[in-house]
Amino acid sequence: MMMQRTTLLLPMAIEATMLAQQQRGMATLKTISMRLKSVKNIQKITQSMKMVSAAKYARAERDLKAARPYGIGAQQFFEKTEIVPDEKAEPKKLFIAVTSDRGLCGAVHTGVARLIRGEMATEHANTKIFCVGDKSRAILARLYGKNILMVANEIGRLPPTFLDASKIAHEVLNTGYEYTEGKIVYNKFRSVVSYQCSTLPIYGGPTVEKSEKLATYDSLDSDVIKSYLEFSLASLIFYTMKEGACSEQSSRMTAMDNASKNAGEMIDKLTLTFNRTRQAVITRELIEIISGAAALT
Amino acid sequence: MSFVKNARFLAARGARLAQSRAYSDEMKLTFAAANQTFYDAAVVRQIDVPSFSGAFGILAKHVPTLAVLKPGVVQVVDNDGKTTKYFVSSGSVTVNEDSSVQVLAEEAHNVADIDVAEARQLLSKYQSQLSSAGDDKAKAEAAIAVEVAEALVKAAE
Repeated sequence: MMMQRTTLLLPMAIEATMLAQQQRGMATLKTISMRLKSVKNIQKITQSMKMVSAAKYARAERDLKAARPYGIGAQQFFEKTEIVPDEKAEPKKLFIAVTSDRGLCGAVHTGVARLIRGEMATEHANTKIFCVGDKSRAILARLYGKNILMVANEIGRLPPTFLDASKIAHEVLNTGYEYTEGKIVYNKFRSVVSYQCSTLPIYGGPTVEKSEKLATYDSLDSDVIKSYLEFSLASLIFYTMKEGACSEQSSRMTAMDNASKNAGEMIDKLTLTFNRTRQAVITRELIEIISGAAALT
Repeated sequence: MSFVKNARFLAARGARLAQSRAYSDEMKLTFAAANQTFYDAAVVRQIDVPSFSGAFGILAKHVPTLAVLKPGVVQVVDNDGKTTKYFVSSGSVTVNEDSSVQVLAEEAHNVADIDVAEARQLLSKYQSQLSSAGDDKAKAEAAIAVEVAEALVKAAE
Protein backbone atom coordinates (compact mmCIF):
# COMPACT_ATOMS: atom_id res chain seq x y z
CA MET A 1 0.00 0.00 0.00
CA MET A 2 2.70 2.44 1.08
CA MET A 3 4.94 1.41 -1.81
CA GLN A 4 2.21 2.00 -4.31
CA ARG A 5 1.57 5.43 -3.00
CA THR A 6 5.21 6.54 -3.15
CA THR A 7 5.61 5.36 -6.73
CA LEU A 8 2.48 7.25 -7.58
CA LEU A 9 3.55 10.36 -5.78
CA LEU A 10 7.08 10.51 -7.13
CA PRO A 11 6.37 11.75 -10.70
CA MET A 12 3.90 14.23 -9.30
CA ALA A 13 6.48 15.59 -6.93
CA ILE A 14 9.06 15.99 -9.71
CA GLU A 15 6.51 17.80 -11.84
CA ALA A 16 5.66 20.07 -8.97
CA THR A 17 9.29 21.04 -8.37
CA MET A 18 9.75 21.75 -12.08
CA LEU A 19 6.71 23.96 -12.03
CA ALA A 20 8.07 25.56 -8.91
CA GLN A 21 11.35 26.41 -10.60
CA GLN A 22 9.50 28.05 -13.44
CA GLN A 23 7.30 30.24 -11.32
CA ARG A 24 9.79 30.53 -8.45
CA GLY A 25 8.81 32.07 -5.11
CA MET A 26 5.10 31.49 -4.78
CA ALA A 27 5.04 27.92 -6.07
CA THR A 28 7.82 26.69 -3.78
CA LEU A 29 5.81 28.06 -0.94
CA LYS A 30 2.88 26.09 -2.21
CA THR A 31 4.83 22.81 -2.43
CA ILE A 32 6.20 23.30 1.05
CA SER A 33 2.76 23.94 2.46
CA MET A 34 1.46 20.88 0.64
CA ARG A 35 4.17 18.71 2.11
CA LEU A 36 3.62 20.21 5.51
CA LYS A 37 -0.04 19.32 5.30
CA SER A 38 0.65 15.73 4.23
CA VAL A 39 3.19 15.20 7.00
CA LYS A 40 0.71 16.57 9.50
CA ASN A 41 -1.90 14.13 8.23
CA ILE A 42 0.54 11.25 8.51
CA GLN A 43 1.32 12.29 12.06
CA LYS A 44 -2.36 12.26 12.87
CA ILE A 45 -2.64 8.74 11.47
CA THR A 46 0.37 7.40 13.36
CA GLN A 47 -0.83 9.03 16.55
CA SER A 48 -4.24 7.45 16.32
CA MET A 49 -2.68 4.10 15.41
CA LYS A 50 -0.62 4.39 18.56
CA MET A 51 -3.71 5.04 20.63
CA VAL A 52 -5.50 2.07 19.08
CA SER A 53 -2.60 -0.30 19.66
CA ALA A 54 -2.19 0.99 23.21
CA ALA A 55 -5.79 -0.01 23.91
CA LYS A 56 -5.29 -3.36 22.17
CA TYR A 57 -2.04 -3.89 24.02
CA ALA A 58 -3.70 -3.41 27.40
CA ARG A 59 -6.16 -6.14 26.55
CA ALA A 60 -3.52 -8.44 25.06
CA GLU A 61 -1.39 -8.15 28.17
CA ARG A 62 -4.32 -8.98 30.42
CA ASP A 63 -5.11 -12.02 28.26
CA LEU A 64 -1.49 -13.08 28.27
CA LYS A 65 -1.30 -12.95 32.04
CA ALA A 66 -4.21 -15.39 32.19
CA ALA A 67 -2.74 -17.62 29.48
CA ARG A 68 0.79 -17.86 30.85
CA PRO A 69 0.19 -20.56 33.52
CA TYR A 70 -1.70 -22.47 30.84
CA GLY A 71 1.22 -22.26 28.41
CA ILE A 72 3.78 -23.15 31.04
CA GLY A 73 1.64 -26.09 32.12
CA ALA A 74 1.45 -27.30 28.55
CA GLN A 75 5.24 -27.21 28.25
CA GLN A 76 5.89 -29.14 31.46
CA PHE A 77 5.47 -32.61 29.99
CA PHE A 78 7.96 -31.96 27.20
CA GLU A 79 10.47 -30.45 29.59
CA LYS A 80 10.25 -33.28 32.12
CA THR A 81 10.37 -36.18 29.71
CA GLU A 82 13.45 -34.80 27.91
CA ILE A 83 12.44 -36.22 24.56
CA VAL A 84 15.28 -36.64 22.10
CA PRO A 85 14.51 -37.16 18.43
CA ASP A 86 15.39 -40.56 17.01
CA GLU A 87 18.75 -40.18 15.28
CA LYS A 88 18.44 -43.24 13.10
CA ALA A 89 15.20 -42.25 11.46
CA GLU A 90 15.22 -39.56 8.83
CA PRO A 91 14.39 -36.28 10.51
CA LYS A 92 11.35 -34.45 9.22
CA LYS A 93 11.19 -31.02 10.67
CA LEU A 94 8.35 -28.59 10.93
CA PHE A 95 8.48 -24.92 11.77
CA ILE A 96 5.37 -23.10 12.85
CA ALA A 97 5.90 -19.39 12.38
CA VAL A 98 3.56 -17.43 14.63
CA THR A 99 3.10 -13.95 13.17
CA SER A 100 0.09 -11.97 11.97
CA ASP A 101 -1.30 -10.28 8.88
CA ARG A 102 -0.54 -6.78 10.00
CA GLY A 103 2.62 -4.81 9.54
CA LEU A 104 3.87 -1.45 10.84
CA CYS A 105 5.06 -3.00 14.08
CA GLY A 106 8.82 -2.90 14.03
CA ALA A 107 10.84 -6.10 13.62
CA VAL A 108 8.31 -8.47 15.21
CA HIS A 109 7.61 -10.51 12.09
CA THR A 110 11.07 -10.21 10.52
CA GLY A 111 12.59 -11.57 13.73
CA VAL A 112 10.53 -14.76 13.48
CA ALA A 113 11.25 -15.12 9.77
CA ARG A 114 14.96 -14.48 10.28
CA LEU A 115 15.24 -17.24 12.88
CA ILE A 116 13.58 -19.71 10.53
CA ARG A 117 15.73 -18.54 7.62
CA GLY A 118 18.84 -19.10 9.72
CA GLU A 119 17.79 -22.67 10.52
CA MET A 120 16.74 -23.34 6.94
CA ALA A 121 20.10 -22.16 5.62
CA THR A 122 21.79 -25.21 7.18
CA GLU A 123 19.21 -27.81 6.24
CA HIS A 124 16.05 -27.35 4.25
CA ALA A 125 15.43 -30.52 2.25
CA ASN A 126 13.35 -32.23 4.93
CA THR A 127 11.85 -29.18 6.51
CA LYS A 128 8.45 -27.63 6.10
CA ILE A 129 7.06 -24.36 7.32
CA PHE A 130 3.56 -23.66 8.52
CA CYS A 131 2.91 -19.91 8.38
CA VAL A 132 0.46 -18.41 10.83
CA GLY A 133 -0.20 -14.93 9.50
CA ASP A 134 0.50 -13.47 6.07
CA LYS A 135 3.62 -11.59 7.08
CA SER A 136 5.80 -14.63 7.64
CA ARG A 137 4.65 -16.03 4.31
CA ALA A 138 5.51 -12.79 2.51
CA ILE A 139 9.04 -12.88 3.91
CA LEU A 140 9.71 -16.61 3.60
CA ALA A 141 7.99 -17.29 0.27
CA ARG A 142 10.78 -15.68 -1.74
CA LEU A 143 13.52 -18.01 -0.54
CA TYR A 144 11.68 -21.10 0.63
CA GLY A 145 8.39 -20.99 -1.23
CA LYS A 146 8.50 -24.73 -1.87
CA ASN A 147 8.86 -25.53 1.84
CA ILE A 148 5.73 -23.71 2.88
CA LEU A 149 3.14 -26.26 3.87
CA MET A 150 0.20 -23.99 4.50
CA VAL A 151 -0.65 -20.43 5.42
CA ALA A 152 -3.26 -19.35 7.93
CA ASN A 153 -4.34 -15.78 7.51
CA GLU A 154 -6.86 -13.33 8.97
CA ILE A 155 -4.73 -13.33 12.12
CA GLY A 156 -4.23 -10.18 14.13
CA ARG A 157 -7.43 -8.26 13.52
CA LEU A 158 -9.01 -9.78 16.59
CA PRO A 159 -7.30 -11.23 19.67
CA PRO A 160 -6.47 -14.92 19.15
CA THR A 161 -8.89 -17.44 20.66
CA PHE A 162 -8.55 -21.10 21.51
CA LEU A 163 -10.79 -21.89 18.56
CA ASP A 164 -8.29 -20.26 16.19
CA ALA A 165 -5.48 -22.24 17.75
CA SER A 166 -7.34 -25.53 17.57
CA LYS A 167 -8.19 -24.89 13.92
CA ILE A 168 -4.52 -24.33 13.17
CA ALA A 169 -3.50 -27.43 15.13
CA HIS A 170 -6.16 -29.40 13.26
CA GLU A 171 -4.75 -28.25 9.92
CA VAL A 172 -1.17 -28.99 11.01
CA LEU A 173 -2.18 -32.57 11.78
CA ASN A 174 -4.39 -32.90 8.70
CA THR A 175 -1.79 -31.90 6.12
CA GLY A 176 -0.47 -35.46 6.11
CA TYR A 177 3.06 -34.29 6.77
CA GLU A 178 4.28 -36.54 9.59
CA TYR A 179 6.93 -34.47 11.29
CA THR A 180 9.25 -36.12 13.79
CA GLU A 181 10.25 -32.93 15.50
CA GLY A 182 9.54 -29.29 15.10
CA LYS A 183 9.59 -25.86 16.56
CA ILE A 184 7.04 -23.19 17.16
CA VAL A 185 8.77 -19.88 16.50
CA TYR A 186 7.17 -16.92 18.22
CA ASN A 187 7.90 -13.67 20.00
CA LYS A 188 7.97 -13.99 23.77
CA PHE A 189 6.70 -10.89 25.46
CA ARG A 190 8.89 -9.43 28.18
CA SER A 191 7.90 -5.84 28.76
CA VAL A 192 6.42 -2.95 26.81
CA VAL A 193 9.79 -2.19 25.25
CA SER A 194 11.19 -5.68 24.91
CA TYR A 195 10.30 -9.03 23.42
CA GLN A 196 12.40 -11.98 22.44
CA CYS A 197 12.15 -14.30 19.50
CA SER A 198 11.93 -17.79 21.04
CA THR A 199 11.12 -21.35 20.10
CA LEU A 200 9.11 -24.16 21.69
CA PRO A 201 9.83 -27.76 20.70
CA ILE A 202 7.06 -30.04 19.38
CA TYR A 203 7.32 -33.73 18.60
CA GLY A 204 5.45 -36.23 16.50
CA GLY A 205 3.68 -39.20 18.11
CA PRO A 206 6.29 -41.91 17.27
CA THR A 207 9.13 -39.75 18.61
CA VAL A 208 7.35 -39.35 21.93
CA GLU A 209 6.54 -43.06 22.16
CA LYS A 210 10.19 -43.98 21.76
CA SER A 211 11.27 -41.63 24.53
CA GLU A 212 13.04 -43.34 27.44
CA LYS A 213 11.39 -41.44 30.23
CA LEU A 214 7.95 -42.32 28.98
CA ALA A 215 8.36 -45.75 30.62
CA THR A 216 7.86 -44.10 34.01
CA TYR A 217 4.41 -42.96 32.94
CA ASP A 218 1.62 -45.35 33.76
CA SER A 219 -1.11 -46.88 31.59
CA LEU A 220 -0.43 -45.28 28.25
CA ASP A 221 -1.53 -46.45 24.87
CA SER A 222 -0.86 -44.77 21.56
CA ASP A 223 -4.42 -43.48 21.40
CA VAL A 224 -4.04 -41.54 24.62
CA ILE A 225 -0.66 -40.20 23.52
CA LYS A 226 -2.08 -39.15 20.17
CA SER A 227 -5.02 -37.28 21.71
CA TYR A 228 -2.75 -35.81 24.34
CA LEU A 229 -0.27 -34.52 21.76
CA GLU A 230 -3.05 -33.08 19.61
CA PHE A 231 -4.46 -31.18 22.53
CA SER A 232 -1.06 -30.00 23.72
CA LEU A 233 -0.22 -28.77 20.22
CA ALA A 234 -3.39 -26.68 20.24
CA SER A 235 -2.56 -25.38 23.73
CA LEU A 236 0.98 -24.47 22.74
CA ILE A 237 -0.19 -22.69 19.60
CA PHE A 238 -2.79 -20.83 21.64
CA TYR A 239 -0.19 -19.75 24.16
CA THR A 240 2.36 -18.67 21.52
CA MET A 241 -0.31 -16.74 19.63
CA LYS A 242 -1.13 -14.86 22.82
CA GLU A 243 2.55 -14.07 23.39
CA GLY A 244 2.93 -13.04 19.76
CA ALA A 245 -0.15 -10.81 19.80
CA CYS A 246 1.02 -9.04 22.94
CA SER A 247 4.55 -8.47 21.56
CA GLU A 248 3.09 -7.23 18.30
CA GLN A 249 0.84 -4.66 19.91
CA SER A 250 3.54 -3.39 22.24
CA SER A 251 5.99 -3.17 19.36
CA ARG A 252 3.47 -1.36 17.18
CA MET A 253 2.88 1.09 19.99
CA THR A 254 6.61 1.93 20.14
CA ALA A 255 6.92 2.03 16.36
CA MET A 256 4.01 4.41 15.99
CA ASP A 257 5.26 6.56 18.85
CA ASN A 258 8.60 6.90 17.07
CA ALA A 259 6.89 7.63 13.77
CA SER A 260 4.85 10.40 15.40
CA LYS A 261 8.01 11.85 16.91
CA ASN A 262 9.80 11.78 13.57
CA ALA A 263 6.83 13.39 11.87
CA GLY A 264 6.91 16.08 14.56
CA GLU A 265 10.56 16.81 13.82
CA MET A 266 9.82 16.99 10.13
CA ILE A 267 6.93 19.34 10.74
CA ASP A 268 9.20 21.66 12.76
CA LYS A 269 11.79 21.75 10.00
CA LEU A 270 9.24 22.25 7.27
CA THR A 271 7.53 25.06 9.19
CA LEU A 272 10.86 26.78 9.54
CA THR A 273 11.62 26.47 5.82
CA PHE A 274 8.11 27.58 5.01
CA ASN A 275 8.38 30.75 7.10
CA ARG A 276 11.85 31.51 5.80
CA THR A 277 10.72 31.14 2.17
CA ARG A 278 7.66 33.25 2.80
CA GLN A 279 9.85 35.97 4.32
CA ALA A 280 12.20 35.75 1.32
CA VAL A 281 9.30 36.15 -1.08
CA ILE A 282 8.04 39.23 0.78
CA THR A 283 11.52 40.75 0.86
CA ARG A 284 12.01 40.13 -2.82
CA GLU A 285 8.67 41.68 -3.70
CA LEU A 286 9.53 44.72 -1.57
CA ILE A 287 12.86 45.08 -3.34
CA GLU A 288 11.12 44.82 -6.69
CA ILE A 289 8.61 47.50 -5.76
CA ILE A 290 11.21 49.83 -4.27
CA SER A 291 13.65 49.47 -7.12
CA GLY A 292 10.80 49.91 -9.61
CA ALA A 293 9.71 53.09 -7.84
CA ALA A 294 13.31 54.30 -7.68
CA ALA A 295 13.69 53.75 -11.43
CA LEU A 296 10.60 55.87 -12.13
CA THR A 297 11.73 58.92 -10.23
CA MET B 1 35.91 -43.47 66.12
CA SER B 2 35.34 -43.64 62.42
CA PHE B 3 32.33 -45.81 63.03
CA VAL B 4 30.76 -43.12 65.20
CA LYS B 5 31.50 -40.56 62.57
CA ASN B 6 29.89 -42.71 59.94
CA ALA B 7 26.82 -43.24 62.03
CA ARG B 8 26.48 -39.56 62.60
CA PHE B 9 26.86 -38.91 58.92
CA LEU B 10 24.24 -41.51 58.08
CA ALA B 11 21.82 -40.07 60.59
CA ALA B 12 22.23 -36.61 59.12
CA ARG B 13 21.72 -37.97 55.66
CA GLY B 14 18.61 -39.87 56.72
CA ALA B 15 17.15 -36.76 58.24
CA ARG B 16 17.85 -34.84 55.08
CA LEU B 17 16.29 -37.55 52.95
CA ALA B 18 13.20 -37.61 55.11
CA GLN B 19 13.01 -33.86 54.78
CA SER B 20 13.26 -33.91 51.01
CA ARG B 21 10.65 -36.63 50.83
CA ALA B 22 8.34 -34.62 53.00
CA TYR B 23 8.73 -31.86 50.49
CA SER B 24 7.62 -33.99 47.56
CA ASP B 25 4.58 -35.11 49.56
CA GLU B 26 3.04 -31.91 48.39
CA MET B 27 1.19 -31.96 45.16
CA LYS B 28 1.47 -28.87 43.02
CA LEU B 29 -1.53 -28.31 40.83
CA THR B 30 -1.73 -26.13 37.77
CA PHE B 31 -5.32 -25.99 36.65
CA ALA B 32 -5.87 -23.65 33.76
CA ALA B 33 -8.28 -23.22 30.91
CA ALA B 34 -8.05 -21.08 27.82
CA ASN B 35 -10.47 -18.64 29.40
CA GLN B 36 -9.18 -18.54 32.95
CA THR B 37 -6.51 -19.79 35.34
CA PHE B 38 -7.76 -21.43 38.54
CA TYR B 39 -4.62 -22.78 40.22
CA ASP B 40 -1.06 -21.82 39.35
CA ALA B 41 1.33 -24.31 40.97
CA ALA B 42 -0.81 -24.28 44.12
CA VAL B 43 -0.49 -27.03 46.73
CA VAL B 44 -3.68 -29.10 47.07
CA ARG B 45 -4.62 -32.40 48.68
CA GLN B 46 -6.57 -34.23 46.02
CA ILE B 47 -7.91 -33.85 42.51
CA ASP B 48 -10.61 -35.98 40.88
CA VAL B 49 -10.68 -35.89 37.11
CA PRO B 50 -12.96 -37.52 34.53
CA SER B 51 -10.93 -39.11 31.74
CA PHE B 52 -11.74 -41.28 28.75
CA SER B 53 -10.17 -44.26 30.50
CA GLY B 54 -12.40 -43.67 33.52
CA ALA B 55 -12.57 -41.11 36.30
CA PHE B 56 -9.71 -41.19 38.79
CA GLY B 57 -8.42 -39.34 41.82
CA ILE B 58 -4.92 -37.96 42.12
CA LEU B 59 -3.11 -37.70 45.43
CA ALA B 60 0.50 -36.76 46.05
CA LYS B 61 3.04 -39.31 44.76
CA HIS B 62 0.64 -40.58 42.15
CA VAL B 63 2.38 -42.61 39.47
CA PRO B 64 3.25 -40.39 36.48
CA THR B 65 0.60 -40.59 33.81
CA LEU B 66 -1.10 -38.84 30.94
CA ALA B 67 -4.81 -38.73 30.33
CA VAL B 68 -7.33 -37.01 28.14
CA LEU B 69 -10.20 -35.23 29.87
CA LYS B 70 -13.79 -36.10 29.19
CA PRO B 71 -16.57 -33.54 29.61
CA GLY B 72 -17.44 -33.62 33.30
CA VAL B 73 -16.59 -32.29 36.73
CA VAL B 74 -13.08 -31.81 38.08
CA GLN B 75 -13.08 -31.78 41.85
CA VAL B 76 -10.24 -30.12 43.75
CA VAL B 77 -9.76 -30.65 47.51
CA ASP B 78 -7.67 -27.93 49.13
CA ASN B 79 -5.24 -28.57 51.96
CA ASP B 80 -7.81 -27.35 54.48
CA GLY B 81 -10.40 -29.81 53.14
CA LYS B 82 -12.47 -27.37 51.13
CA THR B 83 -13.86 -28.90 47.93
CA THR B 84 -14.36 -26.93 44.75
CA LYS B 85 -16.01 -28.30 41.65
CA TYR B 86 -15.30 -27.16 38.12
CA PHE B 87 -16.93 -28.18 34.89
CA VAL B 88 -14.52 -28.92 32.03
CA SER B 89 -15.40 -29.51 28.38
CA SER B 90 -12.22 -31.29 27.29
CA GLY B 91 -8.50 -31.15 27.83
CA SER B 92 -5.56 -33.07 29.20
CA VAL B 93 -4.12 -34.21 32.53
CA THR B 94 -0.40 -34.65 33.14
CA VAL B 95 0.97 -36.14 36.34
CA ASN B 96 4.75 -35.82 36.53
CA GLU B 97 7.41 -37.64 38.52
CA ASP B 98 7.88 -34.71 40.89
CA SER B 99 4.20 -34.81 41.93
CA SER B 100 3.31 -31.78 39.89
CA VAL B 101 -0.03 -32.04 38.13
CA GLN B 102 -1.20 -30.07 35.15
CA VAL B 103 -4.86 -30.03 34.30
CA LEU B 104 -5.38 -28.10 31.10
CA ALA B 105 -8.91 -27.63 29.87
CA GLU B 106 -10.26 -26.13 26.72
CA GLU B 107 -12.84 -24.38 28.80
CA ALA B 108 -13.63 -24.61 32.49
CA HIS B 109 -16.10 -22.93 34.79
CA ASN B 110 -17.04 -23.13 38.40
CA VAL B 111 -20.03 -25.46 38.72
CA ALA B 112 -21.86 -22.86 40.81
CA ASP B 113 -21.85 -20.51 37.81
CA ILE B 114 -23.79 -22.85 35.56
CA ASP B 115 -27.43 -22.10 34.88
CA VAL B 116 -29.37 -25.40 34.85
CA ALA B 117 -32.23 -24.11 32.69
CA GLU B 118 -29.87 -22.82 30.06
CA ALA B 119 -27.85 -26.02 30.08
CA ARG B 120 -31.06 -28.00 29.48
CA GLN B 121 -31.94 -25.69 26.61
CA LEU B 122 -28.51 -26.29 25.09
CA LEU B 123 -28.94 -30.03 25.44
CA SER B 124 -32.31 -30.07 23.62
CA LYS B 125 -30.90 -27.77 20.94
CA TYR B 126 -28.00 -30.08 20.21
CA GLN B 127 -30.20 -33.17 20.42
CA SER B 128 -32.40 -31.78 17.66
CA GLN B 129 -29.26 -30.89 15.72
CA LEU B 130 -28.05 -34.47 16.08
CA SER B 131 -31.29 -35.91 14.71
CA SER B 132 -31.30 -33.52 11.76
CA ALA B 133 -27.59 -33.84 10.95
CA GLY B 134 -26.99 -34.90 7.36
CA ASP B 135 -23.48 -36.21 6.82
CA ASP B 136 -21.23 -38.16 9.14
CA LYS B 137 -19.08 -35.21 10.11
CA ALA B 138 -22.02 -33.05 11.20
CA LYS B 139 -23.41 -36.03 13.07
CA ALA B 140 -20.16 -36.60 14.94
CA GLU B 141 -19.89 -32.93 15.81
CA ALA B 142 -23.47 -32.85 17.10
CA ALA B 143 -22.87 -36.05 19.08
CA ILE B 144 -19.88 -34.42 20.81
CA ALA B 145 -21.96 -31.31 21.55
CA VAL B 146 -24.71 -33.50 23.04
CA GLU B 147 -22.17 -35.31 25.20
CA VAL B 148 -20.83 -32.01 26.54
CA ALA B 149 -24.32 -30.64 27.13
CA GLU B 150 -25.37 -33.82 28.96
CA ALA B 151 -22.36 -33.56 31.23
CA LEU B 152 -23.12 -29.87 31.75
CA VAL B 153 -26.69 -30.58 32.84
CA LYS B 154 -25.50 -33.37 35.10
CA ALA B 155 -22.88 -31.11 36.67
CA ALA B 156 -25.37 -28.28 37.19
CA GLU B 157 -27.88 -30.53 38.92
